[in-house]
Amino acid sequence: MQHASPSPIVWPDSLDRGEPPSLAVWKFASCDGCQLSLLDCEDELLAVAGRVAISYFPEATTAMVSGPYDVSLVEGSITTAHDAERIRQIRRQSRLLVTIGACATAGGIQALRNGRDVDGFRSIVYAHPEYIDLLAESTPIADHVPVDLELRGCPIDRSQLLQTLAALLDRHALRLPTTSVCVDCKARGTSCVMVAHGTPCLGPITQAGCNALCPSFHRGCYGCFGPMESPNVPALRTQLELLGLDGAGIDRLLDTFNGPAFAEFEQEPESGPP
Amino acid sequence: MTLAQRWAGVDPGSVSSEPAAEWWLMRAGDLHRLVSLLTVEFDEVFGPVAVDGVIRVRQIHSLADLPIGVTEEQETASYRLHETGTALRFSYGLGPDSLKSIVHPPRSPVWTMRRQDGSLVVDPALHGTTTRAVIGARACDIRALEILERTQTGGPHADPAFTARRSELFVVAIDCTHPAPTCFCKTAGQGPAADQGFDLAVTELDDPNGVVYLVRAGTDRGRSMMFALHLGYAPPRQIERRTRALEEANRDFIRELPNDASDVVRQTDHPQWEVVAERCLTCGNCTAVCPTCFCTDMEDRVGLDGETATRTRVWDTCFSQEYSHLGPGPHRASTAARYRQWLSHKLGTWHDQFGESGCVGCGRCITWCPVGIDLTAEIESLSLDPLSRPSEEMP
Ligand code: SF4
Ligand code: SF4
Ligand code: SF4
Repeated sequence: MQHASPSPIVWPDSLDRGEPPSLAVWKFASCDGCQLSLLDCEDELLAVAGRVAISYFPEATTAMVSGPYDVSLVEGSITTAHDAERIRQIRRQSRLLVTIGACATAGGIQALRNGRDVDGFRSIVYAHPEYIDLLAESTPIADHVPVDLELRGCPIDRSQLLQTLAALLDRHALRLPTTSVCVDCKARGTSCVMVAHGTPCLGPITQAGCNALCPSFHRGCYGCFGPMESPNVPALRTQLELLGLDGAGIDRLLDTFNGPAFAEFEQEPESGPP
Repeated sequence: MTLAQRWAGVDPGSVSSEPAAEWWLMRAGDLHRLVSLLTVEFDEVFGPVAVDGVIRVRQIHSLADLPIGVTEEQETASYRLHETGTALRFSYGLGPDSLKSIVHPPRSPVWTMRRQDGSLVVDPALHGTTTRAVIGARACDIRALEILERTQTGGPHADPAFTARRSELFVVAIDCTHPAPTCFCKTAGQGPAADQGFDLAVTELDDPNGVVYLVRAGTDRGRSMMFALHLGYAPPRQIERRTRALEEANRDFIRELPNDASDVVRQTDHPQWEVVAERCLTCGNCTAVCPTCFCTDMEDRVGLDGETATRTRVWDTCFSQEYSHLGPGPHRASTAARYRQWLSHKLGTWHDQFGESGCVGCGRCITWCPVGIDLTAEIESLSLDPLSRPSEEMP
């Protein structure tokens, strides 16, 4: 279950002990793209090289330090029984656990297999299917252990990652957007691709964070950042049908990067106290 | 001496004491000279520009930046621009941008902070002396500018950023001869012709001998600009044609804002709020395109080195849960509560707060709502007896 609206993060007191906080980066089922976003921040990271101790980051360094870690960044989804055990160990060694990217926060593209014929896929794809030990579903990290903060996206946004590190280093409040991608379209002056071109777009139900990248290139939003705080999926479905998509086409659009997360909002939004 | 210097002693808001009998006649070449003069006299000139199939308000550098021979069709959740082959430059209705994008932009710096000798130093943002002009403002936009101005400068703490951008803004209005079917300015305030609040106002008319522009001045600085261009007065025949064109435009309105809208939207328990909530995406497009929606949030960013910080004012929307997030959580958690906040503030409590309606009838929220929620239809449903649960029509 995703945290629809991130609650303010409480930085552990242990971060106050005067040493640079130790950072570990962990990988589960994923493409490495989110970790690479971290490497992509090299200029900024050099500036803080002395302020944070990177203790475990196989993608970037061969040095490995055993825990505990102040902060663990976790990429990828849980797809095997071994993964499910490993994330518990990591949680025990981490003061703060931050999931990064759609795989870790929603199960990722590999969650397309959820509810489908996994054995069938396995025998088609692998020469020796008996070597492949898979769980029936690809699930987000938060389904297995408590998560302190989620950075959404496929991949995550560099600037959100840096803001998170800055907030961590100086123990200040971190605020990530919870509103729709439309808010960013309007702020940057991108004309709505649905209204002006009739292009199907997931922007109205997707959380801002990418600065409305796809609509700025005349594409509809693919929902990389998952559901915004109060996504009205049924109402958007109705509009996408008016724009010419059929049910299967809409399913396909919703299923791409954050399928299981959007699926939680297929019902009419509950009418709370007015 | 530049016009800016000539205007040094002129109160930019002062309305000319002479009767509005001065009508100047411009042709395309004169319009070109007017735009050139604006670009010389002002640091930034804004006007309509066709970008990706939509008329936007952007900075322009010459008349060539303006669209020519295009018109648009708009309806609930739909906007399409197409070519007409005419030489007209203003024969289309409103796009998504109002003057809000100029005077109250989506992001506006507030201050930067830095560590210096063990203490924190705050450098407030400078709002500068950039002078600005806009060509193509519509009557409803001018009304909206005044409403927005009241919200930002009407109290004891006038916003310096808004004041700096607004006070010297030179406004060239365009009378709407092609209102969109989504417009309802006639019943919501001013329009389709601008009758005040401009420096110059222009009516574009198609003429067998080429397009003509009839110009009138609303301020002394507008008048001095007309004199600087050495323009001739318009013949009465053209002024009659203008009257007819506007009469025709005035007949085109199919939507309206009823007189009792202010009461209707205050029925907090009306079942229609739940009905519209089934369609509303809480995406915030309506508040972003509304020329009078003014709410903002503060965005603080601290540098990775921990030595500097910036505060930026950014547009916010009452359709966001975070907007009403107090200690225990958002107090407008439901979509119904948020849609009701938008409509009942705009049309109801805005009267209590600012002494007028917050809606000028531009229709932008109708066109740019991705699911085509139409506030005039919502008002109609809210006017029905709350006991007979009204059914929602799809766009
Ligand atoms: S393009 Fe998509 S994200 Fe942007 S305003 Fe339109 S619906 Fe929203
Ligand atoms: S409420 Fe809608 S019609 Fe009224 S001023 Fe705002 S955008 Fe225009
Ligand atoms: S009324 Fe329309 S534009 Fe406004 S928040 Fe709801 S769906 Fe979005």
